[in-house]
Amino acid sequence: MTCLTKFWYVIIDNMQDPFDKVQDKKIKIGWFSYSCCEDNTVVMTEVLNDHWQEWKRVFDFRHVRVLKSKNIYDQFDIAFIEGAVAGPDQEEQIKDIRSRSKKLVAIGSCAVVGLPAGQRNTFTPEQNEHIDFLVARFGAFPQVKKVSDIVKVDVEISGCPMSPEIFLEKVNNLVVELRQDAYI
Amino acid sequence: MHTFDLSLEHMTKMEGNANLDLKVVDGKVLDVKFSVMEYKRFFTEAMKGKNVMTIPQHLARICGTCSNSHIMCSIEACENALSIKPSEQTKLLRVLMMHGLMIRDHALHLYLFSMPDIFGKDAFLDFDENDPVQHEILHDGFNVKSAGNFLATLIAGRSVHATYPTVGGFLHFPDQAGIEDAIKKLQNIRQAVLRLIEIFKNAPFHFDRKTKYIALMPSDTYGYINGTIVTSHGEKFEEKEFRAHLEKTILPYSQAVGYKYQGEGYMVGALARINLAKDKLHPKTKESAAEVLNLFPSTDIFYNNLAQAVEILHSVDESVDILLKNKFVAEPLIKAESKSGAVGVGVIEAPRGTLYHKVEIGEDGKVCGGEVVVPTGQNQINIERDIGVLVQKLIDESNSAKASLDKAKIGLEIEKLIRAYDPCMSCAAHFLKVEWEEK
Repeated sequence: MTCLTKFWYVIIDNMQDPFDKVQDKKIKIGWFSYSCCEDNTVVMTEVLNDHWQEWKRVFDFRHVRVLKSKNIYDQFDIAFIEGAVAGPDQEEQIKDIRSRSKKLVAIGSCAVVGLPAGQRNTFTPEQNEHIDFLVARFGAFPQVKKVSDIVKVDVEISGCPMSPEIFLEKVNNLVVELRQDAYI
Repeated sequence: MHTFDLSLEHMTKMEGNANLDLKVVDGKVLDVKFSVMEYKRFFTEAMKGKNVMTIPQHLARICGTCSNSHIMCSIEACENALSIKPSEQTKLLRVLMMHGLMIRDHALHLYLFSMPDIFGKDAFLDFDENDPVQHEILHDGFNVKSAGNFLATLIAGRSVHATYPTVGGFLHFPDQAGIEDAIKKLQNIRQAVLRLIEIFKNAPFHFDRKTKYIALMPSDTYGYINGTIVTSHGEKFEEKEFRAHLEKTILPYSQAVGYKYQGEGYMVGALARINLAKDKLHPKTKESAAEVLNLFPSTDIFYNNLAQAVEILHSVDESVDILLKNKFVAEPLIKAESKSGAVGVGVIEAPRGTLYHKVEIGEDGKVCGGEVVVPTGQNQINIERDIGVLVQKLIDESNSAKASLDKAKIGLEIEKLIRAYDPCMSCAAHFLKVEWEEK
């Protein structure tokens, strides 16, 4: 597992008391899953095995349904979007999340390229005959979309699932970018 | 009398996305709809035309947390279709792969999803590091998860969408240094797992219901890969006969389907396994958990979580034994002689219960069809029925006490019960269903 960068340790050190007791100084995280297998969510919970103590100090897990029930949906410093966009409700939600987020990160292949969740986009006409009535019944898009088809994406982390090392590297970079003015 | 509709959207601390709609009229629960809200991804339709060797990795993408279960089950189905008999070493490595999965997956559910309910917390990360008990549980949780993750990665390459296991064997083999590390890590978490068992033994939640329990069970050991499908009523059937016994039930409001056995809902998962085969657990597990095992067989749905904790201990004990007693060497994959015109069925015990895969290979050697039956689909009918019973009980208690009904409390109690079942919505919504009554 990749270690936190030295630069981030400086930030964490600077977020010791009194900063780590001030919730609004923390980086506000939103974690949202759409059409996918949620493998990146599992990877994130595995990354926590080694980094939960640092993350508790640095991050405000504001809206992470897999971790908590009392989620707050307001403004996010970083919104992570996992999964492809399969229906209009998901498109509207992602647009709304974008409007509330300083940085939006697409994580995993389904979010970044739309596959494999959007594999029906590649089906033959015969295969489509078998599924079209179900696509229509639940109001899904005729073609599944990737996140960047819907909103501006600041960072992409591809992979199926994403690599923990690359995820940490990208998150580290964002932490530095978002907090360097305040703490360095 | 109470009359209300209750909707819980996007339930939390579980795998995937589920909603619940409940209708209460004049103090009686009239309707419960527990529905899976994941858009379909049509994995079984997408199998068609693919080379059979690609199917395990393809079907792994049904679900991240259960991915190694799908790989294992699909490999078994493909090997049965291709008449491949795995080597003894491959069988052992697969046992270890499943143990890594069980430790990591059960630990994720028990610590991060269910434990906060017991301590009245919203999230596992809310536990207080300055409180000695909560501090210990926090560290235990991440250490146990980490050890399972390490074992899964050592044996299978990754704990999510494993890269080493394939049709005919493994593509990579554990080295001695990794094996020694794994033994140490597993031995180091054993006390934490015993503490986990104690916590769930003493958990204050109970929901008693009678149902049939079904699981795949080997004849001689407590295992997850081979055996016969058995029920708590003494019935048995072979893996390849599964379709004659499981009755698909359309749930028009959900993106998933349910299943019945002999016209009724039934339960799969750790509670079913421990109820049916606790005597076959590893000897050290039986010795250390003797008092807890006296609680089984049980009809308390919340003991599903206790059974999961016991299974973590079993996986730790058996994995250490296997790793200490065996040397692993590189060996070639076993190749199929023929790849056309065959059907194969794979059945394994995934963490959440019995998982069925079927693969059909056409005369051209390409896959022409398949089927996947997941644990959550099998438990869904019971989950829905139990929610109705639970809510009715809460309403009746409120009426008896002449107290007002707290909808937030009802919502929390419902989520706790659902978490006892440990459902996985990503799995439940993968499939194509073509038998809509309204079509």
